[in-house]
Amino acid sequence: MRDLLTICGLDAFYGDFQALFDVSLRVGEGEVVAIVGSNGAGKSTLLKSIAGQIATRRDAISFDDAPIGGERTHVLLKRGISLVPEGRRLFPSLSVEENLLIGGEHGRKGPWTLARVYDLFPVLAERRNQRSTSLSGGQQQMVAIGRALMSNPRLLLCDEISLGLAPIVVREIYERLPQIIGDGMSLVIVEQDILQALAASARVYCLQEGRVTLEGDSRSVSRETIAAAYFGV
Amino acid sequence: MDWLNSILQGVLVGGLYAMFAAGLSLIFGVMRLVNIAHGDLVVLAAYLALVVTQALGMGPLASLLVIAPLMAAIGYGLQRWLLNRTLGDDLLPPLLVTFGLSVIIQNGLLEIFSPDSRKLQAGAIETATIPLTPDLSIGVLPLVQFLVAVVMIGALQALFYRTAWGRAFRATSDDQSTVQLVGVDNRHVFGLAMGLSLAVVSVAGVFLAVRANFDPSMGPARLIFGFEAVIIGGLGNLWGTLAGGVVLGVAQAIGAKIDPGWQLLAGHLAFLMVLAVRPEGFFPRVQA
Amino acid sequence: MSGAFTLTRGTGVSRLVAIGAFAALAGLACAPLWAQASSLNLLTQIFAYVALATMWNLLAGFSGLVSVGQQAYVGIGGYALFALTIFWGLHPLAALVVAGVIGGLIAIPVAGLLFRLRGAYFAIGSWVVAEVFRLLASQISALGGGSGTSLPARIVTGMADGRQAREFMIYWTGLALVVVVIGLTIALLRSRWGLALRAIHHNELAARSNGVEVTRIKLLVYAVAGFGTAMAGALIFLQKLRISPDAAFSVNDWTAFVIFMAVIGGIGRIEGPIIGAVVFFFLRQTLSDLGSLYLMMLGLVAIVIMLRAPRGVAGWLADRFGFEPAPLERRLVHAKSNPESKPEPSHV
Repeated sequence: MRDLLTICGLDAFYGDFQALFDVSLRVGEGEVVAIVGSNGAGKSTLLKSIAGQIATRRDAISFDDAPIGGERTHVLLKRGISLVPEGRRLFPSLSVEENLLIGGEHGRKGPWTLARVYDLFPVLAERRNQRSTSLSGGQQQMVAIGRALMSNPRLLLCDEISLGLAPIVVREIYERLPQIIGDGMSLVIVEQDILQALAASARVYCLQEGRVTLEGDSRSVSRETIAAAYFGV
Repeated sequence: MDWLNSILQGVLVGGLYAMFAAGLSLIFGVMRLVNIAHGDLVVLAAYLALVVTQALGMGPLASLLVIAPLMAAIGYGLQRWLLNRTLGDDLLPPLLVTFGLSVIIQNGLLEIFSPDSRKLQAGAIETATIPLTPDLSIGVLPLVQFLVAVVMIGALQALFYRTAWGRAFRATSDDQSTVQLVGVDNRHVFGLAMGLSLAVVSVAGVFLAVRANFDPSMGPARLIFGFEAVIIGGLGNLWGTLAGGVVLGVAQAIGAKIDPGWQLLAGHLAFLMVLAVRPEGFFPRVQA
Repeated sequence: MSGAFTLTRGTGVSRLVAIGAFAALAGLACAPLWAQASSLNLLTQIFAYVALATMWNLLAGFSGLVSVGQQAYVGIGGYALFALTIFWGLHPLAALVVAGVIGGLIAIPVAGLLFRLRGAYFAIGSWVVAEVFRLLASQISALGGGSGTSLPARIVTGMADGRQAREFMIYWTGLALVVVVIGLTIALLRSRWGLALRAIHHNELAARSNGVEVTRIKLLVYAVAGFGTAMAGALIFLQKLRISPDAAFSVNDWTAFVIFMAVIGGIGRIEGPIIGAVVFFFLRQTLSDLGSLYLMMLGLVAIVIMLRAPRGVAGWLADRFGFEPAPLERRLVHAKSNPESKPEPSHV
């Protein structure tokens, strides 16, 4: 499998505070990779670094064989990297449909259209003219995913999409994954729910205190190994 | 009839105030920036109209074809190279930088054009009137000015709520960091918003120049009129801004009718009264 | 480590500066002995501007109340001085103090209106209020309406015995005003109100949730600024002997220049306005012949400083040399180390 994203020796900082230490990671074309770890392990920081929201060394991150570290977020979107941010971050003064439309207006051309997003999440079509703030948490998460898909990414980054949602809603969203990645899109999911993450992914990385403590095959990795990497016991 | 005539004039002047206000409201809405130099930019546009009409022999309205794009370009440049550097959590830098800009524009105009007042000649339309009743007539020029204001606000409203640009403006206003995740460069959007604001300003400047005498010191008062119209109408509502301009214009007309020295005072007092009894304005934006 | 820390506010420099400040003050107090009348006149103008800039700094630099309408209080102070001396026969010095009180009292209802506006809109709102007072002043026909009036000769001559004594009196009044205004500002900022103010400045929401009565403290600050600014206004027009609405409520003279001083000197620092006023008057004495070009230059300098060195000259001195003549914050200092040598800036 050809690598779409390679990260090599990434350090990341918030001011003086170092959040990531020498992180290396790769995501193949069409591959689903999970990143797990406890609160504050650096998972979100890693996604933000990939999406250009945190300044990094230019050659620490490569996408499609070109160095992209520190590139501005809106430029990366046009190259095919899209992030579903933690907490969804919908635009409150835009309707559901407008939130989806703006997702597609500055991205790449491709199979994802308004109609296809509505196919994927029919409930959004019913509520297309409502304000995004009037939706339930799960529906808001669907808008956030749909908004990211509208830009036709080659690499989709999902930050804690199950956070604060009822298990049944989480299952409903994860059941759509095969449809989402059907066209060969690569996917990185960050989750605190380890079982969900393992079930959905082919490979898994575990982060602890800003360092990669485990890299493995999601099917074969044992719970004990994960727990050790997760808690550092 | 005299009173009715005064009030009618006030309503029509309100259109001009709404034009001052629309540009101000727009940039505040998109990037929470209050441009102290706004009024001076209106006066700058008036002087540009003077130069363009004289140099190219164009009529005042036709000169907008040159001035509006020029002012829009100035606005975009100003935002990208100067004002974007001032945006952040601290209130002082944008305020003081635009305040400095106001001083520079005002004194620059003084230096080039002298403190003498000027006027833009628009020809026969200036004196043309439409009789409504035997005692009451309406000036064609004020009417045109009011209609242009209505059309402009309608166009801005449509732009904001029906186009991709408008979505980008509103989304940037909501959350300028997340908007980059959908591929929007917030710095560019800020530039566009200021460009649009100054295009609106240029229309206001041309009407200001045609309506009456103008001089380099007039800017601050135009800023204040625009600001008062924004607050009276309610923040974030463009049609409210038009209503605010009309309220201000009528208050000034009534004040002037009582005593010429009371024209401006009556306008300010109307504003302070609204602030006292209904600080959110008459038509605040409905928040979800 | 336990118990080895003490709280201190002074730095070694600040004690030296305090000594220097007293020496300078003594020197300035004796200025009538050595200076010419024209120098005294210029120094008095500088004093008035230091007072204005200190008051603006208290509002904008320490409390987040960015006003471009403080000319309202300059005008109120000036007009109150004229009214009190002409109509009620008050001695000008008494009138100056009463004018300050009037300014402070008027500030309270004005604040009631203006505090409804947030941030930058507060700034323009304050400007509207100043315009209202300007227009009202031009309606007072007993004080000359729109064209203004002069202070009658009997009041001027009755102030003191002879021209020189009058000039000395005005000069000393100016010096006293600076001392009062700066002293008041430092006292206010070092009080528990001052601590709360800085909390507001850093984060209004957090300060409010911590039980700080944001609005009441802001009101106090706004009223104090009205008091000090009106006294400065009274002094300015006592010196000018002539008042008119346009001069008394001039946004250029009493706000633009004042902001320029605060920006150059250093917003949010006690010594900033003093440095700024000196720089401003130096520029004015050397360049004001350039007229509007000079004003354009001031605007440009203010913009460049705001972008490149937003903490002004005083901030630069503090960063570069650790020169903090009037520290407001207490520092945690290790008791065994010499507190003079290396203060650890820890905000308490």
